[in-house]
Amino acid sequence: MTPGRDKKLMVGLCCMALILIVKLFVIQIVDDKYKIDASNNSMVYDIIYPTRGIIYDRNGKIIVGNKVAYDLLVTPREVGPFDTTLLASVLDVPTEFIKDKMTEYRRFRRKIGYQTVVMIRHINHETYMKFAEMQYKFPGFKGQARSIRDYPINAGGNLLGYVSEVDANFIKKHQGEYRSGDYAGKTGIEAAMEKELKGEKGYHIYLRNYRNQIQDKYRNGEMDKEAVPGNDVVTTIDADLQQYGQELMKNKVGSLVAIEPKTGEILTMVSSPGIDVEMLADIGKHYTEIIQNPYKPMFNRAVQAPYPPGSVFKLVNGLIGLQEGVISPQTAYPCYKGYHYGRNAKLGCHNHRSPLVFEEAIMMSCNAYFCYVLKNVLENNKYSNIDASLNKWQEYVQSFGFGHKLGSDFPAELGGTLPSAKYYNKIYGKGHWKFSTILSISIGQGEIGVTPLQIANLCAIMANRGYYIIPHIIKDSQNILIDPKYKEKKYTMVDSSYFNLAVPGMWRAVNSGFGSGGTASIAAVEGLDICGKTGTAQNPRGADNSVFICFAPKDDPKIAVAAYLENAGFGATWAAPIGSLLIEKYLNGEISEKRKPLEKRMLEGNLLSRVKKN
Amino acid sequence: MERSFRSRSLRQSVDWSLVILYLILTFIGLVNIYASIYSDNPASIFDLSCRSGKQFLWMMVSFSLAALILFAIPARLWENLSIPGYVIVLILLVAVIFLGREVKGSHSWFSFGPIRFQPAEISKISTSLLLAFVMSREGFKISKIKDFTKVALIIVIPMLVILAEKEAGSALVYIGFMFMLYREGLSGWFIVAFGLGILLFVLTLTTSPFISLLVLMTCISIFNILNGSKLWKGILSHLAFLLPLSFLPLIWKQIQPESAFSFLPQIDPIYILIGTGVIAIPFFLYEAFQKNAHYLYISVLGFIVGIAMIFSTDFLFNNILQPHQRGRIEVLLGMKEDPSGVGYNVNQSMIAIGSGGLTGKGFLHGTQTAYGFVPEQSTDFISCTIGEEWGFIGSAGTILIYVFLMLRIIYDAEKSREKFTRIYGYCITCCIFMHVFINIGMTIGIMPVIGIPLPLISYGGSSIVTFTILLFIFIALDRQEKKYF
Repeated sequence: MTPGRDKKLMVGLCCMALILIVKLFVIQIVDDKYKIDASNNSMVYDIIYPTRGIIYDRNGKIIVGNKVAYDLLVTPREVGPFDTTLLASVLDVPTEFIKDKMTEYRRFRRKIGYQTVVMIRHINHETYMKFAEMQYKFPGFKGQARSIRDYPINAGGNLLGYVSEVDANFIKKHQGEYRSGDYAGKTGIEAAMEKELKGEKGYHIYLRNYRNQIQDKYRNGEMDKEAVPGNDVVTTIDADLQQYGQELMKNKVGSLVAIEPKTGEILTMVSSPGIDVEMLADIGKHYTEIIQNPYKPMFNRAVQAPYPPGSVFKLVNGLIGLQEGVISPQTAYPCYKGYHYGRNAKLGCHNHRSPLVFEEAIMMSCNAYFCYVLKNVLENNKYSNIDASLNKWQEYVQSFGFGHKLGSDFPAELGGTLPSAKYYNKIYGKGHWKFSTILSISIGQGEIGVTPLQIANLCAIMANRGYYIIPHIIKDSQNILIDPKYKEKKYTMVDSSYFNLAVPGMWRAVNSGFGSGGTASIAAVEGLDICGKTGTAQNPRGADNSVFICFAPKDDPKIAVAAYLENAGFGATWAAPIGSLLIEKYLNGEISEKRKPLEKRMLEGNLLSRVKKN
Repeated sequence: MERSFRSRSLRQSVDWSLVILYLILTFIGLVNIYASIYSDNPASIFDLSCRSGKQFLWMMVSFSLAALILFAIPARLWENLSIPGYVIVLILLVAVIFLGREVKGSHSWFSFGPIRFQPAEISKISTSLLLAFVMSREGFKISKIKDFTKVALIIVIPMLVILAEKEAGSALVYIGFMFMLYREGLSGWFIVAFGLGILLFVLTLTTSPFISLLVLMTCISIFNILNGSKLWKGILSHLAFLLPLSFLPLIWKQIQPESAFSFLPQIDPIYILIGTGVIAIPFFLYEAFQKNAHYLYISVLGFIVGIAMIFSTDFLFNNILQPHQRGRIEVLLGMKEDPSGVGYNVNQSMIAIGSGGLTGKGFLHGTQTAYGFVPEQSTDFISCTIGEEWGFIGSAGTILIYVFLMLRIIYDAEKSREKFTRIYGYCITCCIFMHVFINIGMTIGIMPVIGIPLPLISYGGSSIVTFTILLFIFIALDRQEKKYF
């Protein structure tokens, strides 16, 4: 037997005990961390919610502000006997509601424990004042002030987006940033700028004893944190123009987008029908109503709807033709009421004189002309086969901002679709398709899907004669500097000089007067030099979509507009008047007497019945 | 020794200090169980519908059993019971896997109406008794392979069965018997090797295999130096070898990609380390053979086993351990912060204990435990209540009471002339030690969360009855000796 092993073991035992005691000493006496952590539990955090940042328009008008509302909180453990009927009448709710709630709290009393829960959200100021007077009669109940969104102008429902309480999924997705009971922007600018707008929560700490009674302020408020209000956000939106755009689009389905071409700033973005700002403030209450609306007001068509662009796309094809050298400005093509490509096959066109040169073809929007143009582009000997030339074409079109997300700062932007050789090979088989198979893309039909924002961007490219700046809605302001990419010029693959050949066509389309063959004479406004291009896009679900892009003034463009109206017919009937009215309003501040009747007709027009509901 | 042949009175022969320490611990348990359930149900402490009342009932049962063991059952009986007892308990242990009720994922409970019991608990008693019986036989020597194997089997068999019941915590307690074996002559290097094994496991997980390999080689070097005769020469030669190797990863980083040595960083430094070790092995073996030095064989074996361990660590950790066990170890080693998931219990219990401060918040005035922030607060996490309501004084005091209890048992055991009594005494000290260290250790974040109760304090009939029997058999054995000598 080795002597002394019992002593060694005893010493070892004492050492191990000492380890435990030292660690206990550290966490119980030395380290403050656990005492502060314990505050989570034994101290009451009175959360102070920050006010959200204000959203301004480009001229300093408040589009979204804040106002005070109250939540009614209850701590079930502290509730004594009270007059249910009285409380119900003060709060203006049915007595059953209170009773049901109390039963519910009793049922979940274990889970709730000593917590405070929200009984009613957003009670208004008057009701709250009535309650506050009698609060002493209702132990365990209290009100909590909270700022909610306020909308001084009815401008930009979808654009602004709404704020609502975070749910479990949202909390999980943004690990550690939100707790239940917090609010966050869910769509539109509110969502895009959530980080800036939300501010930082503050708290006052109170001590709670073992019976959960609040005693006094923890360390005299030394550890309290004041709430930090969110940063204000300045948008590129022109609130008045936005409001006017919404009025024009009322009772029509579609979208109206206006961009300042030089800066890429979005002046107006209307998706119709949209959400009224009144509903935004209290989205919870109106949510079902909005969701059940057959016209899907939540769906932001301006950035999410893929439409065929129609004839406005001829501009793109024409420019590609010029750049590729397969047509010249003087090239003329005949049009026998359409483009004939088989024994009985024809892509029709409207009545106009023939033949036409490039500029006139744009002015009169001749379908046949652009079929020839695309035929030349695709059957160009420069490329080994149609696959290669189509892919080149696709590359050109992409440089105009189509077929991919523009990269706007607006959330949930859609990229749209462009057909590629691979796509047609899949449908028809390699070598089994040729130009005549896909000729509808020459006039912006077929497999092309673009968003109104992309069409407006095309208009800005025309205005800038060959480049665009990614459209965006947030401007630089004191606290927020926007991404430098929103200041970068993005050039298309077509030279500026060719744009100078296309723009006069757009000018003549508007300013040649009725009877000249120009498609958009209705859009002309004296002195504004509006340039435009109409489009009439086939819609398999009913009447044609009415499309119009325009910018003005011709030589120093200040605004580029795209109007897209579902099932509204010819581009000139609805989209062109609406687009030109928006420009007139923006540049002149008012509508001239001569055009008042047109304005009235547009404001009062109701096209909802033409649109098939889902 | 003048009165040695006269039978002594009860008052003199029973070690009353053990009994008093026992009573204090059960009382601490009762009070804190009541505190831990207080906010839920402010009933009387003896109310039978709540846990403190039930615990009181179990205390009464335990006291009666204690009296029975002390006064009614002849102490000699235990020695005779050890073999059949061990076999019966083993059968129960196996049977419960198939017949037992599933509680929280483990099949370890028998239930008879309202009473449930866990054979794994009683197994501590039967194993201790059999160990004491076998090791106290004439001619038993732990250094003999045959005897060592016998002892190892007695410990490992119930341990494996309990592991199969998915009661990893209870199985872990059996490792504590190592200390008893050390007392009875097992080489101290066993404990060192065991500790080294844990160290390597932890190092491999938290730092890198390279560092743990370096530590392994350093330990073996120390082992060789201590066993060899030439101390200074040994230290110098080993240093010359190990120091440059330990800088390998640093040197690797310094090598420029374009230099002539740029091929070197493609070789993981750990393989160079292993290479040098493997080259050294034949030399060691040759030396061992020449000098007939056993320790060199052992160090070669240790090196090989160590390397195997380091390389299997990841596999063991990711494939053998269950996800919840893995999570608990990750949280303990700080590899993962998870205050709402796995780390929740530990975090909350440390907050509860930490918020107690020096003197605590007072009886029934704890806020953390009372609001149910700490889970399992009357069973496995009872020391949170002690820490929060009685502060550092209370929790350190409780540990000291355990220390006194264990030291007193060792003291009595060492004084005993019967080998059986001594070995049994050490066995129960080991059990109590493992339970106390693991349980309190996990609540303050120095052990992973392992669900075993705090002896005599935690709520639960099986536990308090087992420890009462365990302790009072020793008191009876001790008394019987004193009675006649």
